[in-house]
Amino acid sequence: MLRTLLVCYTLVFGGTTMANEAAPMAADVVVEKRLMEISEELRCLVCQNETIAASRADLALDLRREIRTMIAEGKTDKEILDFMVERYGDFVRYRPPVKPTTWLLWAGPFVLLAGGIAALIAFLRRRVKDEAAPELSEEERRRAAALLDQSNS
Amino acid sequence: MKRFLIPLVVFVVLVIFLAIGLTLNPRDLPSPLKDKPAPAFTLPQLAAADKAFSPADMKGKVWLLNVWASWCVSCRQEHPVLMDLAKSGSVPIVGLDYKDQIDDAKNWLKKYGDPYVVSAVDADGRVGIDYGVYGVPETYVIDKAGMIRLKHTGPITPDSLKTQILPLVAELSK
Repeated sequence: MLRTLLVCYTLVFGGTTMANEAAPMAADVVVEKRLMEISEELRCLVCQNETIAASRADLALDLRREIRTMIAEGKTDKEILDFMVERYGDFVRYRPPVKPTTWLLWAGPFVLLAGGIAALIAFLRRRVKDEAAPELSEEERRRAAALLDQSNS
Repeated sequence: MKRFLIPLVVFVVLVIFLAIGLTLNPRDLPSPLKDKPAPAFTLPQLAAADKAFSPADMKGKVWLLNVWASWCVSCRQEHPVLMDLAKSGSVPIVGLDYKDQIDDAKNWLKKYGDPYVVSAVDADGRVGIDYGVYGVPETYVIDKAGMIRLKHTGPITPDSLKTQILPLVAELSK
C-alpha cells in the first residue's frame, strides 16, 4: 500500500520537482523574459552579427549577467539600454537612434529604392516609346495604299 | 555613348564606396567614452592582492590603461611594443588584467616581462564593462584630469604608437 502511494506521489509530483531543479535560471520567468527582450535589442560586439541573447561569447554572458542584475535592481528597459550605449556606443543597439550621424543609415535603403524605381520607370517609358509602331508619313501612306490596290485588282 | 554614362557613374561610385569599406576595420568602433571621465574603480593589484589600485591614484599624470590577459593571443603580439614603451619611460602604463587567472597572469609577466607600473585585477570583467571593453587588448590614453582622450582597440603597433598615442601623450603632457 505504502509503495503504491509512493509511486503515485512520485508520478504526480516527481516530474515538476525535476523540471524545477533542471532549470534554475528560469526561477524567475518574468526576469528571464525581460532579459531576452532586452538582449535581443543588443549587439554582441565580439561577434558583431549576433545579439547578446543569441551569442555564446564570454562578453555576452557577462552582459546578460549584468542585465539580470539591473533588472533585479528595478531598472527600466530604457535605463538598461542607456547603460549599454554609454559604454559601447550606438553600435551596440540593433535599432540605432535617428540622429545626423545615422540619417544615411536609416534613409539609405529608401533612397536606393527610390532611385531604383525611378530608373525602372525611365527604362520602361523608353522601351514603350521605342517599340511603338513608327508613324507613317503622308507619302508612305499613299504608297502603301497604291500597293494594296494593285494586289486587289 | 550617353547610355553607358549613367551605369558607368553608378559603377564608379559603388567601387569608391566598397574601396573605402575595405580599408575600414569593423572592430574599430568609436568609443562613447572619449572625452569623458575614466570610470572610477578600486581593484586589487596583481603583484600584491592586499593593495588596491584606483584611477584616482594617477591623477595629475598622463597615463595609459592597457587591458590585457594571459589568455589573449593579440596581447603577445603587442607586448614587445609595450616593453619598449615602458623602457623609454615616456608614459606610465597601468595594466588591467581582464578576466584572468592570477597565477597565469603572474607567470605571463614573468615569462615575457612586465611593462606595467602596476596591474589591477579585474577578475569578473565588471570594470571591463564600465570601460566598454569588447576585444582585448585595448588601450586608453587618460589625461591629467582623469579624462579618456583616446581608446585604441586591438594590439598597439609601433606605427599606431608613433602616429597616434605618443603625439597625443606629448600634447597632453604639456
